Amino acid sequence: MPHKTFFAFILPSLIAMALFIALPIVSVVVQSFHVEHGRILVEVESCQPFGGCTKETRVDTAAMAELKAEQPMGQFNGFGTYLNRGHLAVNEIGAILANNTGFGDIVTRIYNLPFYKALSFTLVFCFVVTPLAMALGFAIALAVNTLPKVTKGPVIFFSLLPMIITPLIGSLILYWMIQPNGIIGATLRHVFNDPTLSLRQSPALTWFSLLFYGVWTNAPFSFVVFYAGLQTVPADTLESAMIDGASRWERIRYIVIPHLAPLATFVALVQLMDNFRVFEPIVGFSAEANATSLSWMIFNDLAGDAQLFGSAGATSVLTIIGVVILLTPVLIRTWREFNHKVV
Amino acid sequence: MKPFFMLAVSTVALALGAGAAYAECGIEAGSVRILSNDFEALRLVNKTAEECASDSVTVTANATAEHKNLQVPALSINPAEYTVAVVANNSIVPLMNDDLIRPLDDLVAEYGASLQPNQLIKIDGKTMAVAFMGNAQHLFYRKDILDKAGIAEPKSYEDILAAAEKIKADGLMEYPLAASDKPGWDLAAEFVNAYLGTGGEFFAPGSAELAIDNENGMKVLETMKALTAYMDPDYLTFDANGIQAEYKAGKVAMMVQWGSLAGDMLKGEGAAEGVVENTVMAGAPTIGGGTVPAVALWWDGFTIAKNISDEDAAASFQAMVHGISPEMVAANPTVATWLVEGYEPGPNAVGVIATANAGARAYPMQPYMGLLHTALSSELAEYMAGKEDATQALADVKAAYDTAAKEGGYL
Amino acid sequence: MSQATLSHKRPLGLTILITAFIVVWVILAAFPFFWTVWGSFKVEPDFFSRESWWNAIFGVYTQRQNDGSAFTGSGYYGAWVTREFWRAVGNTAIVTVSVTVISLTLGTLGGYALARSGQRYAFWILILALVFRAMPHITLVSGYLLPFFQLNIWGVLPTSIIVLVAINQPFTLWMLHSFFLSIPKDLDESAMVDGCSRFEAFRRVIIPVMWPGVVTTGLFSFLLAYNDFAVTSMLLSADNQTMVPKISSFLGSVQEQGNVMFAVAAVVSATVPLFILVLFFQRQIVSGLTAGAVKG
Repeated sequence: MPHKTFFAFILPSLIAMALFIALPIVSVVVQSFHVEHGRILVEVESCQPFGGCTKETRVDTAAMAELKAEQPMGQFNGFGTYLNRGHLAVNEIGAILANNTGFGDIVTRIYNLPFYKALSFTLVFCFVVTPLAMALGFAIALAVNTLPKVTKGPVIFFSLLPMIITPLIGSLILYWMIQPNGIIGATLRHVFNDPTLSLRQSPALTWFSLLFYGVWTNAPFSFVVFYAGLQTVPADTLESAMIDGASRWERIRYIVIPHLAPLATFVALVQLMDNFRVFEPIVGFSAEANATSLSWMIFNDLAGDAQLFGSAGATSVLTIIGVVILLTPVLIRTWREFNHKVV
Repeated sequence: MKPFFMLAVSTVALALGAGAAYAECGIEAGSVRILSNDFEALRLVNKTAEECASDSVTVTANATAEHKNLQVPALSINPAEYTVAVVANNSIVPLMNDDLIRPLDDLVAEYGASLQPNQLIKIDGKTMAVAFMGNAQHLFYRKDILDKAGIAEPKSYEDILAAAEKIKADGLMEYPLAASDKPGWDLAAEFVNAYLGTGGEFFAPGSAELAIDNENGMKVLETMKALTAYMDPDYLTFDANGIQAEYKAGKVAMMVQWGSLAGDMLKGEGAAEGVVENTVMAGAPTIGGGTVPAVALWWDGFTIAKNISDEDAAASFQAMVHGISPEMVAANPTVATWLVEGYEPGPNAVGVIATANAGARAYPMQPYMGLLHTALSSELAEYMAGKEDATQALADVKAAYDTAAKEGGYL
Repeated sequence: MSQATLSHKRPLGLTILITAFIVVWVILAAFPFFWTVWGSFKVEPDFFSRESWWNAIFGVYTQRQNDGSAFTGSGYYGAWVTREFWRAVGNTAIVTVSVTVISLTLGTLGGYALARSGQRYAFWILILALVFRAMPHITLVSGYLLPFFQLNIWGVLPTSIIVLVAINQPFTLWMLHSFFLSIPKDLDESAMVDGCSRFEAFRRVIIPVMWPGVVTTGLFSFLLAYNDFAVTSMLLSADNQTMVPKISSFLGSVQEQGNVMFAVAAVVSATVPLFILVLFFQRQIVSGLTAGAVKG
């Protein structure tokens, strides 16, 4: 395809992405290299409806305005924000490695640092949920494909439900069902005959519920993509394979799976990325005590009473880097496929 | 019944509006644009302020839970997107830090005849906000359960612990206590509350240096942990609405809960039998032999943007004064603990008033308090879950706060 | 694909296994939804019972509050009448339809170009799009606020629509690019040999066979716009709010009791149009248009 035609086709997309994604990313990256100016504080008296008046410190806004006019972005801090305790915690890790009582101690103390705590759950979520959800989605797609036409419609709809229901409410309702008084929680207590069993109490069980929820909401996406892909499997190839005496399993293994491979790459890309940014279930399941994620850290920086844009920016950039590292194998694959393509 | 009650409230507001046309606001011209949080009392104030709309005056209101994220960018442009920002102790701070709101003394002198002196939030001698409602956490307890156990009204956390032990020992309740210990804003607020009760200061005088790493901080953490022994083992997942439901279900004998939820409790919708009739609202408990109630006092009030014309500022001030008028309050006495003239505190306000009268301290308005709140919100969870000790927890909080404060330019 | 020939040869054991698997999955997927539909006609202390989940079945408190009736419409009444949920429904309709149409228009053009261009830069555009997609939405949105306020375009529907389209582009491009790869090149290239321009070939040959892919991609664009919270909650004023931020505003905040049952009723209402949509479009997905096209 000539360059001119190519760009004529893709330009609208590129402009939209440049304006609303690339530009903000650049500004976030720049911001993450800066910290606020040193605040000039003054002591003033403040009076409130109850409690009378007290001496409190305030920011001297006039003096700050002058500093801001000189350097609107704040002070340049280089990689300072990336390396501080809230992110990569280089000094803290150095201290831990230099002075510890053994491997267990190192792990516990590193896990105590917010970034690494968040990272560990994020990675576990990513690597457990993505393959399981893809496998489940593929199995559902194969099974649905064998159903008679009448039942297909409703089954497809019901299979999509976990993805359709707003995560905000979906996780809330599911969370409620696994409460000790809820239908699932109470049943589990009964089944395991353990009246103290509570899915949200221990870290392990909280993680388990979150992972289960992750597979539940992610499977429909794989299902739909694979199901649509199954419709394009060339029937004559399948038929000739059948004539050659290929078993069901062989047909799936040697015809269906290779045919769906590009779609599988795509699904893996999207789901790895989405799972790396896991956020809603943590809030919906009130799991902050036992599980945090990188996106949750960003949310915590931005939604608190004091917003930390630099810190949120640094975590965002680290998230992007994490995603790129995670996707490298898939990308190399895509690169090969791309080069195989006859131009 | 909540929907019908809310409908009734809005009908009253509408009826008020229909009867008392815009004339009484006395605004000649201008544009009033209100940004506020989204809950019933504020929606009521906004609705009343909207009555001031006329041919020459436009009044719009945006009530949204995202108000904290919107207010700084929305007010920093010129002219500002909103002329009025409705704030509380904590959300006024970012506006003050960036110098986005104007002093109101002239406007108060000219149009503020119906305001009371204690409504004026004065900072450095200048009125920066006008408060119209107050809020605080305070003790809700079940009189029947405490009577059965033969315990008088608890006055301190030590009393509460003793009472909880007695109730549990007598087999009256398995988990007599509840607190909003969910990691995040709630858990941090619990720490701030208790720490205020010790009389200690959060920061070294005149600086942003954190000063909670002392025996007061340890005492607070110990008490918070001791209380959890009498709570449902899932305590780390309960927020204020969660403990409200637990209490209503009759599973809790004592809790320190928001005064703004007292009205809901007294309405008793969905409460188990015998809960509401036996519930007593009392002042917040003290801690460690102190005399100050161990909770923070909160106010909600309005501020006027700096980057707007004087005409809009005057119009906005008048509309808001109308929005919080004594007539509105007289028609809606149970919606909030109003700070407005002529307000007769009803049964839902008893706890807040008792707490305020006992000398509770206001939630601190230091510019860096928000950073501490955020640090507390994520670093205390492991201690509360029993995974680390108090010393480590305080050290973590300090480390997290120092990191944030350096980034914010305070250290 | 010839379903009949494949299915009648299936051994009984496999059929049972497949049926059992589908039944288990459908229960797993749909049960929470039906539980929610059922519960939306109860009062909060029943559906979110602190005592026992049997209350949600029998409606103990619902009966007490409704003179003996175990069902109540008060959640729906509160959401739709008291809190004017219909406004949010209207806004959502505008936002989702616009986002889907614009995303797909831009995405099919771009995705087709990416699938047919063998140049290196096409690959790098795909990678870049992927990096763009990795950016957490909350960070993006908090960066939009100040410029949008300055340009005076904050709070209105078109702004949110454009932002959602842009945020959705990487995904749409990737997905459609994958679908176009599965359409044989011979199709459009033979059209071009017959004298069509690239765009004509796209319009006459590709558009008729691309619908299954477009419908599937459209479904995801639609769901993204429909379920979006980060963008719509921060970029829309209360009057222009779409359904999800509206639903979350029913939930209450730290110091204020929300009304969870309004939210539950609203969620059930919000799922109805999706049900119709999926039932309608699943025919397109099933129709096997592409299978025919591949056969040529």
